[in-house]
Amino acid sequence: MSATIQTLDPVAEQSTRLPPQMTSRLDGELLEVSMGPQHPSTHGVFRMNVALEGEIVRKLKPVFGYLHRNHEKIGENTSYLGSMPYTDRLDYFCSMTNNWAYALSVEKLAGIEVPERAEYLRVILAELTRLQNHASLLGFLLSDMGAWGTPLMYAFREREKILDLFESLSGSRMMCDYMRFGGCRVDAGSDWMERAKKIVDFFPRFLDEFENLIVENEILIARTQEVGKLSAELAINAGITGPMLRACGVNYDIRKVDGYGFYPRFKFRVPLGEHGDTYDRLMMRVLEMRESVGILKQAFEQIPAGPVMNPKVKLRAFRPPAGEAYGRIEGPKGELGFYLISDGGPNPYRYRVRPPSFINLTVLEDLCLGHTVADVMVILGSVDIVMGEVDR
Amino acid sequence: MIGTGILKGMAVTARNFVGSYFEKDRLITVQYPEERIPLAENYRNFPFLPYDGDDPHAGLRCVACKICEKECPPQCIYIIKSEDKKPDYMGKPQFYPAVFDIDISVCMSCQICVEVCPFEAIKMDKVFELSRRERFDALLQRKSELSKSNTYYHSICPTEAAEVDAKLAGAAAVAAAKKKAAAAAASAPSGAGASAAVSVPGSTSASGAAPPAPAPPSDSV
Repeated sequence: MSATIQTLDPVAEQSTRLPPQMTSRLDGELLEVSMGPQHPSTHGVFRMNVALEGEIVRKLKPVFGYLHRNHEKIGENTSYLGSMPYTDRLDYFCSMTNNWAYALSVEKLAGIEVPERAEYLRVILAELTRLQNHASLLGFLLSDMGAWGTPLMYAFREREKILDLFESLSGSRMMCDYMRFGGCRVDAGSDWMERAKKIVDFFPRFLDEFENLIVENEILIARTQEVGKLSAELAINAGITGPMLRACGVNYDIRKVDGYGFYPRFKFRVPLGEHGDTYDRLMMRVLEMRESVGILKQAFEQIPAGPVMNPKVKLRAFRPPAGEAYGRIEGPKGELGFYLISDGGPNPYRYRVRPPSFINLTVLEDLCLGHTVADVMVILGSVDIVMGEVDR
Repeated sequence: MIGTGILKGMAVTARNFVGSYFEKDRLITVQYPEERIPLAENYRNFPFLPYDGDDPHAGLRCVACKICEKECPPQCIYIIKSEDKKPDYMGKPQFYPAVFDIDISVCMSCQICVEVCPFEAIKMDKVFELSRRERFDALLQRKSELSKSNTYYHSICPTEAAEVDAKLAGAAAVAAAKKKAAAAAASAPSGAGASAAVSVPGSTSASGAAPPAPAPPSDSV
């Protein structure tokens, strides 16, 4: 199977491959199939209109907007504080990093200082979010590949431990609504820190097991290597960020580039891929989780005592000075940015989200052309999308 | 050799399967309706209105200032202010909500109402088994359903409730001391007593109530 795919040149072979009587629907030669929006592997309400020649994808048109909730317009009509819980609902896997990105841009806009302990807490929570996001991504990806159940359950077991931490800190598993501009809402007690340390210390065991489970698996290698290759040039031109870009070998991590928060105080490496195929994208997540564990251990050692909220910040009737700000962070899926324009009023004049999963999804057709329908699912899984963020 | 990777993976599943009989953290399933995990103290679900004492009307802390209604991002709170007033925990006459509805089908449990409330009058509840047969009326919680006693609040969030109680007791003590001082100041020059008595019920704002009382005597001195 893989041999035919690799030698296939979509343009040259399109007219010669199949006799016309075999594909006589819609387009004359191609069979048009609508995958989604209720397909179990499309990660939510995402639809792909795929034109197939036999089993080979010749055209792919992503269709989204089924989960559109007018997030940006709501953001322009609610107060700065009121937008914070809505950001949880963008990428509902990583509400902590969404909160951080939004808080960061409001802090830039209004020039707010954040206490040291709050910055450390933010790093800890963002890295925990990265752990649980990547773990569940691996589970979903394997589930899409046909490893039904088992890897997903192992991943979710670890994810649930981290979500329990989030729940006991912020009150909610997924809709944390934890960060505020000027700090964090509540402080983490010492018992919470102990629990978090225990979970982080335990995490590498899960990673070792998970690597044993998947890395050398021949079926997984056959399904992922040389599938959905993305070149570094295309990735840069299309604005791809996050693990998907680094899988192509481009060294671009906003934690290093911008050095926002206290990331310059931590020692960590940025894992890079070579081939930019699905296997690299998958392994990139495993390697990033290992680095995140390292960051977390350093953060637990360094975190100082002190307040977690800047006392000067007035959350209610908050009116930043007129101006504009773009705050961005390295979310688990890529560069997550919030662009705010203030006219001095209680609501932002313009509120714009730069969602990483949406922009990473734009190259889906380039990744999928020439592969089979079954590969489309795997490629889509490796892009790591959450429809809440794509459609907003 | 082909197949070793699969065998390695199967060793992991075997270890997990056997391990689930012996290790606690490999078998983390909780048989929910029979078994329950204790909820975290910070856990939040939907708001409720705590009241002091036994009477939900007399002890209700809410003064119908409508800040939560204004700040609520999905606009799920609906308040109508009362015509008359009732004394609050400091003995000061305050308005109370004649109607206080929360549509919990709209509420997104964000806790912003709790954060902005200056009177500690709205808190987050932990009840989560709220499935109903109807969509509209059953999910619209009225004041009577929302009012829950302070004892209940202590039972769900002991630490936070104790902090709130201490804060309110402190505020009440300060207010009582101020009142006493004002009364002492008012009783000393007896001629100004009539004008002071008129100004006290007329002033409604929380901070403005104490200063006007001693002001007339200081003018007369």
